[in-house]
Amino acid sequence: MKTVVKKHLLAIRWFHWINFPILGVMIWSGLLIYWAYAKYSITIANTELFHFFSPGFYKALNIPHRLAEGMSFHFTFMWLFFGNGLLYVLYTIFSGEWRYLVPNRRSFKEAWQVLLHDLHIRKYVPPQEKYNAAQRIAYTAIIIMGLGSIISGLAIYKPVEFNWCTWLCGGYTTARLVHFILTIGYCLFFLIHIVQVIITGWNNFQSMVTGIEVIHPVAVVPVAEEQPAPLTEQDTNEEA
Amino acid sequence: MKKRKYTERTETLSTAAFRRRMVISFIVFLVLIGGVIFAWKWLNRQPKEDGALKPLRSTLEANEKLFKSTLDSNATSKTYTVKDAVKNVRVNGLIGIQDSIDVAKWRMNVIRGAGDTLKISFDDIKKLPKKDVIFDFKCIEGWNQVTHWAGVPLKDFMAYYHLQNFEQMQYAGLQTPDKKYYVGIDMKSFLAPQTILCYEMNGQPLPMKQGYPLRLIIPVKYGIKHLKCIGTLFFSNQKPPDYWAQRGYDYYAGF
Repeated sequence: MKTVVKKHLLAIRWFHWINFPILGVMIWSGLLIYWAYAKYSITIANTELFHFFSPGFYKALNIPHRLAEGMSFHFTFMWLFFGNGLLYVLYTIFSGEWRYLVPNRRSFKEAWQVLLHDLHIRKYVPPQEKYNAAQRIAYTAIIIMGLGSIISGLAIYKPVEFNWCTWLCGGYTTARLVHFILTIGYCLFFLIHIVQVIITGWNNFQSMVTGIEVIHPVAVVPVAEEQPAPLTEQDTNEEA
Repeated sequence: MKKRKYTERTETLSTAAFRRRMVISFIVFLVLIGGVIFAWKWLNRQPKEDGALKPLRSTLEANEKLFKSTLDSNATSKTYTVKDAVKNVRVNGLIGIQDSIDVAKWRMNVIRGAGDTLKISFDDIKKLPKKDVIFDFKCIEGWNQVTHWAGVPLKDFMAYYHLQNFEQMQYAGLQTPDKKYYVGIDMKSFLAPQTILCYEMNGQPLPMKQGYPLRLIIPVKYGIKHLKCIGTLFFSNQKPPDYWAQRGYDYYAGF
């Protein structure tokens, strides 16, 4: 006999896994487009610290001279990215799952405690429901970033028809930069996400496929008086 | 279930039921991965239409239909003042541009029908009203520059030469005198208020490399549609050939 919690609803699992290849195609085709005017760098006091990107990076990924191809993929898969994202947001609203995802009043304070815990600086994490505070902030931020990509994307795709998007982004030139920075943001999110999934382990990972997570018996941990007790072992393990 | 708290979303499964659930879920998961790989390979195996994979070309055309039908025919690109305009205007394409042109011999050919071509001299063009357009010129490569142009508003040109009947047609086509560069533009964008037949840049005659003596400036389109050195103008209900659209780019290329 196994006691399980119905962690991820079926629709949410589909949205999650379908988004993965779509976002992959968007980032790859975006790179094909960006290459044609690859001007961004991190420069401090006239010293270029990092250029986006190096010739070797482009060569390794076979990026150069594929602008037209990149645009044809980007302006096709944008509909899938937008549609999947919209359905996900609507679903979380109508299913009530948003309650576990949107940060609450305590989240910003608690996220700091979660971070200290993850870095092995702090021993205890605040009690959580489905997601910890850092997850709530990350999973809500990524949706806002998605909205940002759509608005900044429209700002450079249709700057006349959607001139309010261009205005909102601070002009055409800035909109292109915003669109680029958000993409770098997805890549960083992805890296942290993967590391956390690996650290948290199989029981957590498989729940994104099966939907259910096995609950282990409550671990009895000696607790310092002022510290809130972790609810279950699983709670302290869930990060990804 | 909607109202159940997360901590109450628990159930107890027999080991067999648990195992069945795991197996089914992972089979579906692997089928999904296989399906995505298959779909990607299928897409990349499709024949190309004008340099773009056919399903992608169809989507570009659907996008064109959608954005063309929702674009306001009076829509304009944001305008700037003379001091915003750059002095060093970028030169990006020289296809169809010659080293020199005898402007006395140059004519703009407007094809009105079979064997009926209107030939307009540079002096005649300059007699028409002149309009300055200062806007953010955007290249499909990703760069943009605020640039200052002047010339005849297209609407005035069409009216002066009694070409309004052609405004009912779907497209306008333009070619360089040597026909090496050519564009097709949907009529709504072509007739947009900021479109000019341009002969001045920063208050000076157009440099050769900017399309002397006459070029198109059409702020609702990417730079690829701003044909330099106009030789021929014609109208059509079919899409006129377009140099970059034949090489995989979006035909519409509009904002």
